[in-house]
Amino acid sequence: MDQFRLFPPQASTTSHEVDALFFALTLISLFFMAVIFLPIIFFSVKYRRGSSADRSNPSSGSFWIESGWTVGPMFLSLGLFAWSALVYFRIERRPANAIEVQVVGKQWMWKLQHAEGKREINELHVPVNTTVAMTMTSQDVIHSFFVPAFRVKQDVVPGRYTGIWFKATRTGEYHLFCAQYCGTQHSQMVGRVVVMEPTAYERWLKSGELSESVVLAGERLFHDRGCSGCHSPNSQFHAPLLQGLYRKPLPLADGTMAKADDQYLRDSILQPAKQITAGYPNIMPSFAGHLSEEEIMQLIAYLKYIGDQAPPSP
Amino acid sequence: MNNATSEADSMKSATEVIVDRPGEFARENYLSIHHGVKAWLLTKDHKRIGLLYLGTILSFFVIASVAAALMRIELLTPQPKLVTSETYNKLFTIHGVLMVWFFLIPSIPTVLGNFVLPMMIGARDVAFPKLNLMSWYIFVAGGALALWSLIHGGVDTGWTFYTPYSTTYANTHVISMAAGVFVAGFSTIVTGINFIVTTHKMRAPGLTWFRLPLFVWSLYATSLIMVLATPVLAITLALISVERFWGVGIFDPKLGGDPVLFQHMFWFYSHPAVYIMILPGMGVISELITCFSRKQIYGYVWVGSASMAIAILGFLVWGHHMFVSSQSVYAGMVFSILSFLVAVPSGIKVFNWTATLRKGSIHFATPMLYALGFIGLFTIGGLTGLFLAALAVDVHVHDTYFVIAHFHYIMVGGMVMAFMGGLHYWWPKISGRLYPEFAGKLAAMITFIGFNLTFFPQFILGYLGQPRRYHIYPPEFQIYHVLSTAGASILGIGYLMPLIYFIWAWRHGRVAGPNPWRATGLEWQTTSPPPEHNFEETPIVTGPPYSYSPEKDADLNLASL
Amino acid sequence: MPTLTSPVSEDAFVGQQFDDIEQQRDAAKLGMWIFLATEVLFFGGLFLGYTIYRFTYGHVFVEASHKLDVVIGGTNTAVLLVSSLLMAFAVRASKLDQRRMLTGLLLGTALLGCVFMSLKGVEYHKDYTDHLVPRMGFKWEGADPGNAELFYWIYFAMTGLHAIHVTVGIGIMLVLALLAWLGKFSRGNHNTVEIAGLYWHFVDIVWCFLFPLLYLVGHR
Repeated sequence: MDQFRLFPPQASTTSHEVDALFFALTLISLFFMAVIFLPIIFFSVKYRRGSSADRSNPSSGSFWIESGWTVGPMFLSLGLFAWSALVYFRIERRPANAIEVQVVGKQWMWKLQHAEGKREINELHVPVNTTVAMTMTSQDVIHSFFVPAFRVKQDVVPGRYTGIWFKATRTGEYHLFCAQYCGTQHSQMVGRVVVMEPTAYERWLKSGELSESVVLAGERLFHDRGCSGCHSPNSQFHAPLLQGLYRKPLPLADGTMAKADDQYLRDSILQPAKQITAGYPNIMPSFAGHLSEEEIMQLIAYLKYIGDQAPPSP
Repeated sequence: MNNATSEADSMKSATEVIVDRPGEFARENYLSIHHGVKAWLLTKDHKRIGLLYLGTILSFFVIASVAAALMRIELLTPQPKLVTSETYNKLFTIHGVLMVWFFLIPSIPTVLGNFVLPMMIGARDVAFPKLNLMSWYIFVAGGALALWSLIHGGVDTGWTFYTPYSTTYANTHVISMAAGVFVAGFSTIVTGINFIVTTHKMRAPGLTWFRLPLFVWSLYATSLIMVLATPVLAITLALISVERFWGVGIFDPKLGGDPVLFQHMFWFYSHPAVYIMILPGMGVISELITCFSRKQIYGYVWVGSASMAIAILGFLVWGHHMFVSSQSVYAGMVFSILSFLVAVPSGIKVFNWTATLRKGSIHFATPMLYALGFIGLFTIGGLTGLFLAALAVDVHVHDTYFVIAHFHYIMVGGMVMAFMGGLHYWWPKISGRLYPEFAGKLAAMITFIGFNLTFFPQFILGYLGQPRRYHIYPPEFQIYHVLSTAGASILGIGYLMPLIYFIWAWRHGRVAGPNPWRATGLEWQTTSPPPEHNFEETPIVTGPPYSYSPEKDADLNLASL
Repeated sequence: MPTLTSPVSEDAFVGQQFDDIEQQRDAAKLGMWIFLATEVLFFGGLFLGYTIYRFTYGHVFVEASHKLDVVIGGTNTAVLLVSSLLMAFAVRASKLDQRRMLTGLLLGTALLGCVFMSLKGVEYHKDYTDHLVPRMGFKWEGADPGNAELFYWIYFAMTGLHAIHVTVGIGIMLVLALLAWLGKFSRGNHNTVEIAGLYWHFVDIVWCFLFPLLYLVGHR
């Protein structure tokens, strides 16, 4: 009977919340099906042609009945909305203190990198009972990161960062799918999520080739690609210092304010002219085409790391 | 109310005058009056144009069904057996594009609507007969472009043309396919304009808005959507072609564009388009349920207003296709609540149809079987729509087979059932002859069973996590795919049977007479097949529609039963 | 050929599907209004795209807009407004059965349409020599050339689509002028002129939105 399985495994905190809502919706649907189908069957038998049922004074409508089946379902649906919106809000709000994983989708594979620097392709190892948050982007078309056992899914959109998080509750191996059609081998853009005991995870993390952490890689890029040539206290160019910048509000040249979040930093690297910081000339060259998506993410991770430091005095 | 009943009586007598001449085949009719290919290709008669459309959309239906059959056979096994991934992707694209734009959207409006709308309102033709013919030619031109793309290697973007895949990455004939849909869109717009003006200006004396049959109301609501949503699709497809051809950065982020903007523009059209596809079906069901339960519709004003409410609310819910697309959480909430609300008018319709059966005299003729099948399948389709409107559940089932099952329950279970029901119901008017009733009932039941077997397993597949548009899938999903393919082969028989017996009945069916169903609509108050200008003299309407009397008709034996 | 003096009754113009000319007139007018509603949404897609990118790339859009020729654009606005006035008079003339006047006014409208198109041509040529045409020697001195080019794409798409509508309108006016000269619009058969007028006014109004959006944006 295993092949007739009706529900995917429940392997995350979210999966329980979503399934509860799903069962409630199923019950409500069954109720309405009963309310509609039973009378149809009953009327079909009782008032079939030639039956002797009483057909006198047929009604052609009643304001109160109509209002009843308009307003009743309306309130019910508002209740369902409130419930589903609450769960959705929790799915969408990224919790603090999570393990960070960076994901880049491309035709047709998933490239993942843990904060410690460990890289994976089409596989994601995570510890059980720990919150894992991912920052994702695509280097070509739109993909979608989907783990049915966790009931989470998020489109991975080129040109912007999207996020997804989960807290696995059961060890095991689960499907990872690309849910947004992305071309010829869309159905092979699949992989697995391996949920491990924390100790096993630590062991796994240290196994194999040792690689530098994401922040260290970002720092190296910051120097190798010449960012530090301008963005440093003793530079001859007038460029803003980036220490203490991350997630802070930032006045722009056109008088508006921006928040120096991941998306802003990404845009500033690739399209520097789009949003100019107030008081600085528009002299930064674009790095579009010179940095891979992974490298941009590493740079941002570095900027985030130095975002807590006080800006050095020039 | 007393006034209405006496008016109803006087209208009934008009019907019975015609009924007194049962079994008569009108020798002088719209088919016999002109002969030859040229007369057909230059006809301005709405009835002939309806038949031209019928032939055209059925051809597209056959091609799109073959594509679906090939997919279902391929999906019998988790690993590829029959076709490559490239071909598979082209198959689902051609299935989607042809079914949506070249079958479902035109189906009921252009075939049944064209044929009966003028007659239902007692007019000699639509307001702009030349435009009506032109719209068919535009439609054929659009279809030809789509077929050209198909023959020259097909398109692999899916019917949704999502950017930047469609603009930058696909190596297939996207531009010609988009052009085909673009052109066909103008045919839809022209039909919409024609129906709106016809309904406003061509009604027979005495036929006030609230005496209109509900099919007319639903066509009117449909036409409004056609006219207001289709141009947005046209401009969106034009922008795709521009970006693809010249590399302009509108949607591709590499060129400075925004891929999610495309989704907003596409669904601003395509969600209302879903209602273009289902509203006319609901109108047909109102006609069938009343006629075959011999009863006045329950809650006429509510059913009619529900059509309008759906048409208006339908424009405000497009974002529910984008809950995981990275649109803002708050936008998602607004679209979710509106999507829940749009379910309410659909519910009103279903409740009213059910209530209409009470104290009726129910005939289980073929059209009625299709109508009851429609209510069953549409109810399931509508209720599963609530799952998709519920944000948190949608995150899980979005882009899975759950969505596929849901919209096939609405589009195939709803619209195609209604189309078949309507075609059987008006067939005696169209051809002057009856289809074989037993074969009809059998086909209706086979369709219902085959449909459920095909698509119900897909709900389960979807919740298990099977993503849509997957050529290769994990082996544990196989059992449901096998069930679905088995159902599809039964469904195929259900669709082939009517094709065969309708062709047979065109010449050999029993002569139907003007009004075999003893129906009250104006289209039944003329001979079958109708004369070129529909009526000997313009009918005058004195009462509300559906003035059936179930008590009197308790033992009525309809011609074909 | 029916002339002004021939005894043609109104019924001669009525299609078989209509009861009388009044019904035909109402139907045609309503049909045109609905067609214009679809046109609004057709242009609406482009306006939406413009608005979104205007907010995203505000700076460079303003700069790019400054390079357009406000004088030609402004003159064209005046030309179209006057042509609309002539069109309104033409509708009046057709109602009053003034054949010569109607022919003249329709030709005048068409002529102003041609003036508009000629100025547009001059302006497009100037854009070309200024290196503002995307993919055809496009050059941009300032920052962010990619999005400046996007602005000109949208500019050419919107004005180009509008120009197609003007061209169609000129064709309609010329045909109507010929028919008017032949006396086809006599005896209350002014319907065609009236709905053509609706179309022309619509084309005018679209320009009245395009001009400030594309040319005047950010001018202080």
